[in-house]
Amino acid sequence: MQQYDLAIIGAGPAGMAAAAEAAQTGLSVTLLDEQNRPGGQIYRDVDRAAGPRGAILGQEYLHGATLTAGLGQSGVSHLSGAVVWAIEDGFRISFTRHGRAGQVEAERVILATGALERPMPVSGWTLPGVMTAGAAQILLKQSGVLPRRAVLTGSGPLLYLIAAQMVRADTPPLALVETQTAASLMASTRHLPGALRGWRYLAKGLKMLAEIKRADVPRFTGAANIAVTGSTRAEAVSFRSKGQEHSIACDTVLLHHGVVPNTQAARSIGVPHAWSEAQQCFVPETGTWGETGKDGVLIAGDGAGIGGAMAAEFAGRIAALKAAEELGRITAQERDRRAAPLFSQRSRETAVRPFLDAAYPPYSGALRPADSTIVCRCEEVTAGDIRSYAKLGCLGPNQAKAFGRAGMGPCQGRYCGLTVTALLAEANGQTPDETGYYRIRPPIKPVTLGELAAMEDPSANAAE
Amino acid sequence: MKTDSPFLELAGDAPRVRVWFDGQPLELPAGANLAAALLAAGVQVFRHTPVSGAPRAPFCMMGACFECLVETGGRVQQACMLEVEEGMRIARPHEAEAGNATV
Amino acid sequence: MEADYAVIGGGVVGLSVAWGLLRRGKRITVLDGDDGAFRASRGNFGLVWVQSKGMKQPRYASWSQQSAAAWGGFAAELEDGTGRSVGLQQNGGYDLHFSEETLYATVAQYDTLKDKLGGNYPYEVLGRNALSREEPHIGPKVAGAILHHQDGHANPLRLLVSLAEDVRRLGGTVLNGKTVTSVSKPDAFKVQCSDGTTVTAGKVVLSAGLGAMELGPKLGFKAPVRPQRGQVLITEKLPKMINRPSLIARQVDEGGIQIGATNEEVGLDDGVTQPGLSGLAAEAIAAYPALARAQLVRSWGALRILSPDGLPIYQESPELPGAYLVTCHSGITLAAAHALFLPDWLEGTAAAPDLEVFSEDRFPVS
Repeated sequence: MQQYDLAIIGAGPAGMAAAAEAAQTGLSVTLLDEQNRPGGQIYRDVDRAAGPRGAILGQEYLHGATLTAGLGQSGVSHLSGAVVWAIEDGFRISFTRHGRAGQVEAERVILATGALERPMPVSGWTLPGVMTAGAAQILLKQSGVLPRRAVLTGSGPLLYLIAAQMVRADTPPLALVETQTAASLMASTRHLPGALRGWRYLAKGLKMLAEIKRADVPRFTGAANIAVTGSTRAEAVSFRSKGQEHSIACDTVLLHHGVVPNTQAARSIGVPHAWSEAQQCFVPETGTWGETGKDGVLIAGDGAGIGGAMAAEFAGRIAALKAAEELGRITAQERDRRAAPLFSQRSRETAVRPFLDAAYPPYSGALRPADSTIVCRCEEVTAGDIRSYAKLGCLGPNQAKAFGRAGMGPCQGRYCGLTVTALLAEANGQTPDETGYYRIRPPIKPVTLGELAAMEDPSANAAE
Repeated sequence: MKTDSPFLELAGDAPRVRVWFDGQPLELPAGANLAAALLAAGVQVFRHTPVSGAPRAPFCMMGACFECLVETGGRVQQACMLEVEEGMRIARPHEAEAGNATV
Repeated sequence: MEADYAVIGGGVVGLSVAWGLLRRGKRITVLDGDDGAFRASRGNFGLVWVQSKGMKQPRYASWSQQSAAAWGGFAAELEDGTGRSVGLQQNGGYDLHFSEETLYATVAQYDTLKDKLGGNYPYEVLGRNALSREEPHIGPKVAGAILHHQDGHANPLRLLVSLAEDVRRLGGTVLNGKTVTSVSKPDAFKVQCSDGTTVTAGKVVLSAGLGAMELGPKLGFKAPVRPQRGQVLITEKLPKMINRPSLIARQVDEGGIQIGATNEEVGLDDGVTQPGLSGLAAEAIAAYPALARAQLVRSWGALRILSPDGLPIYQESPELPGAYLVTCHSGITLAAAHALFLPDWLEGTAAAPDLEVFSEDRFPVS
């Protein structure tokens, strides 16, 4: 089994930056990522997106190429296409790569597993034709594929970014259906002074809104009662806005109301998590360097709490310096000296977050969906089912999972976990922390039994 | 089939190769993301759920939701985590005749 | 007094006993743990199983047989009460063997047991060809199987939720999220919890699984139980490919193939390990080669509750008469017996089953 000082999971901005920084300090580093090319979701396939696609996606996306280039020169062992399914103490990391299981060992682990779309369970969200807004971004970044007749639904700056990119590609969305209200915008203004430190983001947002307006894309705000209608696929999205019922016929519905940390890997090795009221999700408990309650495990980037791509890059480097110091490659003084500018840059990048979190809160209708709405897509468990399990004594999601299979499917709760916790917390009159979350166990991604069985024979290691 | 797709594909330079989905031939860009290429080619239902038989299609495109599961190479895999290869035979999970969907 | 019985432990064992007592008109309060408690009821293999039980103690074999025979009626009554099927199938089950040597060694033991049971032990030996006709996916490494006709399986999670629902429907009180800290008997029993909850009851049933390790001695029991970890795998949902269950694999009614289980003495660690998963996967593939291409979607470790000889313990407390220890590692198989027969023992009726061999007298004083 290959042994390294440091294993980094995830080749997005945090993971790539961490790998390059750690290698510079002399650590031996392996970077495992499930995609075939580095970039994560934010810079997905950035190395192949030159030309007109790059122009549509914009400069901030193309910045990712500096990270992939840095990675290429760093001497880091980059295991692309490696789907990690278990991390055990030691640390022993098991993964699937090109249809074979492999393992590496490392003294330290940095989890840079990024974010997931916040689940947005509304009626009809399982129909073909309904996707996350992030999915539309990935289609555009990696494949140059755009939905022809799409409605963007939900809240947050990502909706404006995608809408602007669709406008640039001459396929503007049919409408923006936004759930944030005038009240939430008002409430957010108290965060504006702090947010001005991140004025670039605010300026970019205004520019995107102007692009969307020039293209005459209709915008609805304060939308509620959102439902996707259609028999075998999405045919329209219906909602109520400013006292009026609307239904917009379309082929594609893109849902988005924020992103949340992807905590599967961290939870699987026992990193403690706590509820964040500001971000309305669980976040791993981390220190300033990304260190966790689990010795030897650091978390960097959106996986430690949503901060965005640039903040993730700085966090990755900060975590790498911490690992290098712990392993004796640099002194604590050296670590602090190198990290000082990174801390202040990271703080500038995250200054805008409180404003954004307050201005674009999650859609309340999807945080506590109607009884008939499916919350667990894999096992087709409804919100009403979860409420009925609360009546049968389920105080937390693990008993509810046993009672009704929510979270047992292949996605392993990624798109229902937060909803199930919220529903049980509300029904039992408890906080999300008291309610808890699914116990996440390996395999955190499916692996075939054949691959597992082959590991009985040590010669069958995909890493070697 | 392509003109019916709800998705527009910006011109690319990858050569097209033949694959089979549910027994139908499709010409897809070699090396492209399989889920994206199938969507662009007009494939609307990737699978039916084992619970109720409801139709499903790609949702997250980042390997997290498992809605784009298809059967290829004898295994059920996420289309969004695969690349188009010449001659691929793809079926909806467990819907092809035994062995038909396998290479 | 609030209840005739306080049942400590709201897993399948406790709820089965509570359900059976409620059917007889008793007032019941069940005290259940929290969401993260060790719960064998959430992690077990779901077999309703007779073969191989009680090879050294025929009474355990016959107790398992009595329960298996009563399971059909038990399941039907639960289904009537809740409208939910518990997925019971009792069409027999296999003990698969990879060599004729172990197969016939086991058959010899079964023959001995069969004599002791007066001939009531209906099994047959299937050679490779006969087994292949029954199970087309069986692999060439399997030498044969013992098909025992009293074996079967159920959906243990639907049994758990059905019991939780029906106990309430029958008027039982279930208190969740409780940690029992002490039980005293000034007059009636007084059960106290860490959050200040107190329940008074005429009798107490301790069916708290591994919780008995700590609580048992406080109630005057030896309670010599220990955890033993079993890692279990489950695949993606597949079209029907396994007809009858075995200890190696069974196809659950939702379609997934459940594969089990390790036997590990690792204390209270209920984690899963890559070597554990790999070993189980290899054995399952040896039995059913087509499983090599199946995706593993979940795995877990669960802790068996084992007594020194592996048999259940049914014991009234010598110090606090009216307190009973009920513990076993086959809560699914024995659910019907616990629901339908054990109440007679608790109530001391003429119909009480003879459970003498399961008393704590069999364990030396520690």
